Amino acid sequence: MAIWVQEDSKLLIQGITGSQGRFHGEKMVEYGTNLAGGVTPGKGGQSIELAGNEFPVFNTMMEAINQTDADASVIYVPPPFAAAAIMEAADAFHQIKGEGVIVCITEGIPTLDMVKAVAYVNEREGIRLIGPNCPGIITPGDNGGCKIGIMPGHIHAKGRIGIVSKSGTLTYEAVAQTMSIGEGQSTCIGIGGDPVNGTGFIDCLSAFEADPQTVAVVMIGEIGGTAEEDASEWAAENMSKPIVGFVAGSTAPPGKRMGHAGAIISGGKGTAAEKFAAFEAAGIHIARDPSEIGAVLKVALEESGLL
Amino acid sequence: MNIHEYQGKELFRSAGVKVQEGVHCKSVEDALAAYDSLGSKVVAVKSQIHAGGRGKGNLYCPNSGDLLMEGGVKIAFSRDEVETYSENILGHILVTKQTGPAGKLVSNIYVEAGCEIAHEYYLALLVDREEKQVLIMASTEGGMDIEEVAEETPEAIHKTWVNPSTGLLDSQKEDLGISLDLSGAALEDFVGMIGSLYELFVSNDCSMVEINPLVRTKSDEIVALDAKVGFDENASFRHKEWEDLRDYSEEEPTETRANEAGLSYVKLDGDIGCLVNGAGLAMATMDVIKLYGGEPANFLDIGGGADEAKVQEAFEIILEDPNVKGILVNIFGGIQRCDIVAKAVLAASEKMGLQVPLVIRLSGTMFEEGRAIIDSSDLDCTSVETLAEGAEAIVGLIGGGK
Repeated sequence: MAIWVQEDSKLLIQGITGSQGRFHGEKMVEYGTNLAGGVTPGKGGQSIELAGNEFPVFNTMMEAINQTDADASVIYVPPPFAAAAIMEAADAFHQIKGEGVIVCITEGIPTLDMVKAVAYVNEREGIRLIGPNCPGIITPGDNGGCKIGIMPGHIHAKGRIGIVSKSGTLTYEAVAQTMSIGEGQSTCIGIGGDPVNGTGFIDCLSAFEADPQTVAVVMIGEIGGTAEEDASEWAAENMSKPIVGFVAGSTAPPGKRMGHAGAIISGGKGTAAEKFAAFEAAGIHIARDPSEIGAVLKVALEESGLL
Repeated sequence: MNIHEYQGKELFRSAGVKVQEGVHCKSVEDALAAYDSLGSKVVAVKSQIHAGGRGKGNLYCPNSGDLLMEGGVKIAFSRDEVETYSENILGHILVTKQTGPAGKLVSNIYVEAGCEIAHEYYLALLVDREEKQVLIMASTEGGMDIEEVAEETPEAIHKTWVNPSTGLLDSQKEDLGISLDLSGAALEDFVGMIGSLYELFVSNDCSMVEINPLVRTKSDEIVALDAKVGFDENASFRHKEWEDLRDYSEEEPTETRANEAGLSYVKLDGDIGCLVNGAGLAMATMDVIKLYGGEPANFLDIGGGADEAKVQEAFEIILEDPNVKGILVNIFGGIQRCDIVAKAVLAASEKMGLQVPLVIRLSGTMFEEGRAIIDSSDLDCTSVETLAEGAEAIVGLIGGGK
C-alpha cells in the first residue's frame, strides 16, 4: 500500500523548465516515476524532453491537473515564488479533485510566507503539503517506483519499513541502514528542516500505523521546536508498530542555527537530550549513532516477532 | 539576523510604537552631547550588543581583565555620571548570561531620556512553530527573565495567536490589554501599539520582537523601553535595507566568510574539523565524533550539489582553523556527487598543504568514482565506509578517545 503516494501516482513538476526542475525531473523519470508534465507560467504549450520522453508544459496548475488528472505535484520554484506555487497547487487540486499531495523541495522560503501558505493548505481539506526544505517522498516499487524529490533513487528498495525525517542526508543514512539488515522501505518522507512546514511527524506516524505494508518506522529528528516530543507523546498512546528514533544535534551549541532554519536551541528549549528522553519515555528504540539504526531496528523487529 | 536596540527603536518610531527620545553614540563626547540635547535630567546609558542580559552583565577591561563596572545598562542622574558610565562601557568587554565568558566588545551606546514608570510589562512576538502562526506573549512581570516567569508562574504569561488570513483582530488586541489589567487611556494606547507592532513584525519579516520592559508611564502612556529585534534571513532578498543594519563585528568572521560562499558553518571549541553535506548529517557527524570521545571543531554543511570551488573553500576554511588537529569528511551523496568532493579535497590539500590526519567517508551518488580519485592520488588519508568507522578512525588518529 505505502502512504500518500503509490508506485503509479501521477506527478506534475512546478518549475519544470528551470535547471533544478529539469535535472531532478530527468532523475525521477529514470527512476520510474509516472510523470505527467509540468507547469511554468508563460511556457504553456511547449514540451520538454526528459530522459528521452516528451512531457507537456502548462501555464497553470488548473490547466495541468485538468489535462493530466495528476495526483501530486513537486515544487522546484525559487524561494520568492515558492509559497505562491504551493497555494496555486493547493487551490487547483482542491477545486478539481478534492485531494492532492504537494511536495515542496525549495529551501530558503521566508517563514511568514510559509505561515500563510500552511494556513491556506489547511483550509483546504484533502490537500497535503510535504516540506518545504525537504528531500521529498519516495515509495519504492517492484519496478522502479514513485520518487518525488531529490533523493538518490538507487539506494532504495521496496519493503516494510517506513522512514520519516527532518533531514535529507540523514534519511539516506537511515535507508542505507535498513538495507544493511536486508530490509526495504514502504515509504520514506522528508518533512524538512524549516520552522514552519506542512506534514509533521504525527501525520506520518499515524499514516504508517494505518498502512498494512509498513511494520516498523524509523523516525529521525533534530534540535529545535518540540515536534519530536509531541510525536513521542502521540506514539505512546497510538502506535502499535515499533519505532526506532535518532535525534541529530546533541553537540550543537545553544542559540546557533545549525544549517536548517529550524535547527536552533532557543531559550534552552529544543535540545537533543530532551528529545531523546521523550523518545525513551514513549518506548521508542533509540539509536545514539545513525550507523546503529540498522542494528537497533533489527532488535526492534525481533522483539515484535517480525524477524 | 539580529540588530541593536537603537536600530530596533528607530523601526519602532517609524512604525508608531512609542519610545523615549534617544541618541546612538560611539564616543564619550557623543554621549555628553546627547545628554545635553535630550534635556532630560535622568538618562539611561545602554551598552549596545546583540546578546541579552545587558543590565545584569559586567564590564571588563580587554587588556587587564579587571572588572570596571557592574551592569551594562546604567541610569545616570548627572552629566558626570554619563561621562563615567560611557567611559566604562565603550571599548570594553561586556559579559552577560548570553554572551558566554568571552563577552562582547562594546563599540556603541544608546543614551535615552528617562521616564516615570508606573508599571513594567513583558511583550514578545515570535513565530510559534507548533501552531504555525505568529504568537504574541505578554506578562505583567516585566523586567524579569521571561524563562524564569514561564518556569515559576506560567499563568502570568498571556498568549494569543494570529490567524494569517484575518490578521490580528481588534478583540485580540483588547483582550490582551485587559489581561494585563490595563484600562482607560493606557488600554487604548496599548491597543494602538500592539496593532502597529504586529504590522511592523510582518512587514519587516521579523523572526522575533521582544520588549522587556514595556512600560506604562505615570501619564498612562505605553512606551517600549527595550527593543530586541531579529529578522528571518530567508527574507533577505526582499529587504535590501538590512545590509545597512548588519553589524559584522557581532558575527564570527569565518561564519560570515562561509555564508558568503553559500556554506553553513558554525565554529565550535573542539579540534576535529568536519566537512559534511546536509545539516542533519553534519550535526550527526559532530555527535558521533563526541560519542567516540572526540570534540568537533565546527559544524559545516556544504549544502546539496556544491561545485568543486565551493567544496574547496569549505576545506580551506577548516584547514585555516588553528585548533584543527584532524579532519573528517563525511558525504552521503544525493544531489551531491562524491567525485566532486574528492577532487576538491585533493585540490585544497595540495594548495594549502595538509598537515593533519584526514579521514574520508564517501557514500551515495558516484561514490566509486570519488574513492577511485582519492585512492589513485598520493593524498595521505584514511578511507572508511561508515560514519561510525570514520569517527572512530579520526579520534584514534589524533590520539584522543576512550
